[in-house]
Amino acid sequence: MTESETPLLDELEKGPWPSFVTEMKRAAKKKESAHDLLRQLERSYNDRIGHWKHGGIVGVRGYGGGVIGRYSDLPEEFPGVAEFHTLRVNMPSGWFYTTEKLRQLCDVWDKHGSGLTNLHGATGDIILLGAPTEALQPCFDDLAEIGFDLGGSGSDMRTPSCCVGPARCEYACIDTLEVLYQITMEFQDELHRPMFPYKSKIKISGCPNDCVAAIPRSDIAVVGTWRDNIQVDPAAVAAYANDGIDIQEEVVDLCPTQCMHWDASTKTLTIEDRECNRCMHCINLMPKALAVGKERGATILVGGKAPIVHGALLSWVVVPFMKMEPPYDEFKDLVRRIWEWWDENGKMRERLGELINRMGMRAFLKAMNLPPSPAMIRAPRANPYYFWDPEEVK
Amino acid sequence: MATRTDFGPPYYKDMLPPIIEKNYGKWKYHERVKPGVLRHVAESGEEIYTVRVGSGRLVSTEWIREVCEIADRFCEGHLRFTSRHNLEFLVSDAEKVEPLLAYLNEHNYPVGGTGHAISNPVHTQGWIHCHTPATDASGIVKAVMDDLYEYFVDWKLPAYCRISLACCLNMCGAVHCSDVAILGIHRKPPHIDHDIVRAKCEIPNVIAACPTGAIRPDPKNKTLTVNEEKCMYCGNCYTMCPGMPLADPVGDGVSIWVGGKISSARSAPKFSRLAIPFLPNNPPRWPEVTSAVRNIVETWARNARKHERMGEWIERVGWERFFELTGIPFSVQLIDDFTLAPETYRSTPTFKW
Repeated sequence: MTESETPLLDELEKGPWPSFVTEMKRAAKKKESAHDLLRQLERSYNDRIGHWKHGGIVGVRGYGGGVIGRYSDLPEEFPGVAEFHTLRVNMPSGWFYTTEKLRQLCDVWDKHGSGLTNLHGATGDIILLGAPTEALQPCFDDLAEIGFDLGGSGSDMRTPSCCVGPARCEYACIDTLEVLYQITMEFQDELHRPMFPYKSKIKISGCPNDCVAAIPRSDIAVVGTWRDNIQVDPAAVAAYANDGIDIQEEVVDLCPTQCMHWDASTKTLTIEDRECNRCMHCINLMPKALAVGKERGATILVGGKAPIVHGALLSWVVVPFMKMEPPYDEFKDLVRRIWEWWDENGKMRERLGELINRMGMRAFLKAMNLPPSPAMIRAPRANPYYFWDPEEVK
Repeated sequence: MATRTDFGPPYYKDMLPPIIEKNYGKWKYHERVKPGVLRHVAESGEEIYTVRVGSGRLVSTEWIREVCEIADRFCEGHLRFTSRHNLEFLVSDAEKVEPLLAYLNEHNYPVGGTGHAISNPVHTQGWIHCHTPATDASGIVKAVMDDLYEYFVDWKLPAYCRISLACCLNMCGAVHCSDVAILGIHRKPPHIDHDIVRAKCEIPNVIAACPTGAIRPDPKNKTLTVNEEKCMYCGNCYTMCPGMPLADPVGDGVSIWVGGKISSARSAPKFSRLAIPFLPNNPPRWPEVTSAVRNIVETWARNARKHERMGEWIERVGWERFFELTGIPFSVQLIDDFTLAPETYRSTPTFKW
C-alpha cells in the first residue's frame, strides 16, 4: 500500500459529519489544481500556518469586483495553486435552484476551474474556488451565457441576501425575494464597481426572527414587521394546549412585554396588542394558532458590522416602519441617500456604523431628514453634552 | 465580442418549484415533523415538506451533481440552500418524504439542524483559501460537528443553538452574535518587512487602519514602527499592507465566545462574549476546541430552562455562575479594555458568590 500524501487530512475523512477532505479528494482526481490545494492544506496542517500570499488584483472586463486574487506562497512546491482565484457568483434570491441550472453551473466550473465550490459563502454568493488568471474571463463569459452574473467584493455593495420569505414561510411580512431582486438589479453598478469608502451590505429578513442575520451583519438591514394585531385562531390555541404545550409557562411567562394572559380553565389566550413588541416568540411556538398582523412593512436599521476596524456593531433602528411595496422607491431612495452621505463623509475603510458613531446619530438623521423617535433608542442619553442648532435658540 | 455585464442573478421565480410559485405568500402555518423535517401548509391546503441536510460547505461539483440527482428523483428537479450552508430538499409529494429520508440515511447525508438543535455552523475559508487566517475553518468545524453530531440530528437541547467560526478578526462569517463562536486569533504583533512596506504600502493608510494607534511613521527610513505594547494583533494593518504579517504557528490559535443571538425573539439580538481567550491550533482535530465547545453546550443544556438560549441562560444565572458551572478559568483577557469597556463593568454589589 502506498503511503498517503495527506495523513493529517485523512483523519478528517472519519466521523459522521460531511467531510470537506473527501470533497477535495473527489475534485483532486480530476483536477491537478484541486490536488495541489489538498497537498498545500496538508502542509498548512503540518506548519500550523496558511500558505497564501497577500491579496492580488485580478478581474474580468468591465468589473472592478467579483473576483478575489489568490496566489500560493509556495508556487514551486504546489504549481497547481500558484494562481487560484475565487469568483463570487450572485446567487438567485432565497438560494432556490433548478437542478438544470446547477448542472449548467457545474459544467462551466468543471471546464474552467478546480471543481471546488462553497454553497454558499458567508455573504451568500456561490463561491467558485480556484481558477488561474487566464481562465477568469472565459469562465465569466460562459457564466454569462447561462445567466449567472458576478457578486460583489472590495469597497462596493456586497451581494445582498434575503431569507426564504414568502416562498416558504408564513412569517414573511415583506416579499424578501422580490425586494432583493429589485435592489440587486437597481444597484448593479454599485455591486460591480467598487467606489465606496468600504464595503456596504444589505440584508433582508421577512420577520424579527432575522434568519439572514440582517441586524448583526448588514450596514442596511430590512426586517419585516407589522403594525396591527397578531392574528389569533382561538381553536388552534386550545389545540396546542391540548397537544402538550404549557401555554402559561412556555408562551405567556416568556413574553418580554407580559402582554398576554392565559385562562387555563377556558383555554383562552388574550393579547393586549398595543403592548406587544412583535418579538415572534409566541408565534414561533404556535404557528398554527398565531400569525403576524395584516398591516405589514419593515423596520429599517443601519450600521451593523463585524469588528474591523473599531469594533462590532448591531444595526440601529432609523425608520421604525416603512411600507415595502413595489417598485420599492422609498427604500431605494433611502439607500441612495445613505450611500451619498457616507461617501461624502466617510474615511477610507470606515463603515456606515462607524461613521454614524463619529459624526453622531443626530447628523445622520438630519442628513436623511428622518424624524427622531423613541423607537430608535434603548434609553435617552444620561449625560448633559448635547447640541442645539442655533436656529432653535431664539 | 463585447462582454455582457450587469445583467444580475438568475430570476428567482424561474427557480421556484411549481407548488411554491402557486402558494407564494400564501403559506398558512408550518410544523416540525421531526428533526430536519418541516411541513408547510398553504391556505389552499397544499403542503410542502422540507428536508434539511447539513453540508460541509466546501463541496465538489460531483457532490452538486449527486444532490441534483436526488432532487430530480424526489423533488421534481428543485432544491434550495440556506444561509447556513444547509441543503434543503423541497418535497411536494408527501409519499416521497420517507423514501427520501431512507435514501439520505443510507448515503450518510445528515438530516437535522431544525428546532431545538445545533444548526450547521457558518464558517469561513481558513487555511484552505484565505490570506489572513489565524486558524483553519473547515477542519475545526468538521471536528466539532463530528463530536456534536447527536445535537444536529436530534432535539436534545433546551433551545436552538448556533455555532459559528471565523478564522480571523475580519469575521467574514460575522460570528459575533452566535451562541458559541469560535474565532481564530493572533497573539503576536506583526513582524515588519521594511522593504515590502517601502515598496508596496501607503503608510498613512496603514497608520489609520490601527484601532489602538499603535503604528507610527518612521519618515527617516520611509517605513513605520509598531508600539508592541499597544498592539492587540487584530491584523488590520496586514490587510492594508503585505509587509506586516502576523501569522505565527505558536502565536495563532482559537478563542471561544458565548451567548450571542441574532433573532429578536424574547430578547434583543446580542453579541457573543469572550469565554476562553486562547486554545492552541492542534490539527487535524483540535481536541482542546471540541471538548471546550462540548462542555459549554452541555453545561447550558443541563442548566437552562426550555426555550432559553445560551445568552438568555447566562444572563439569568449571571456570568459568575457561568464560569463556575463550566469550570472555565476566568482570566484578565475576559475583562474588556477596548472603546466601550466601562459598559461591561459591574456597578452594583449584587453579584452571586
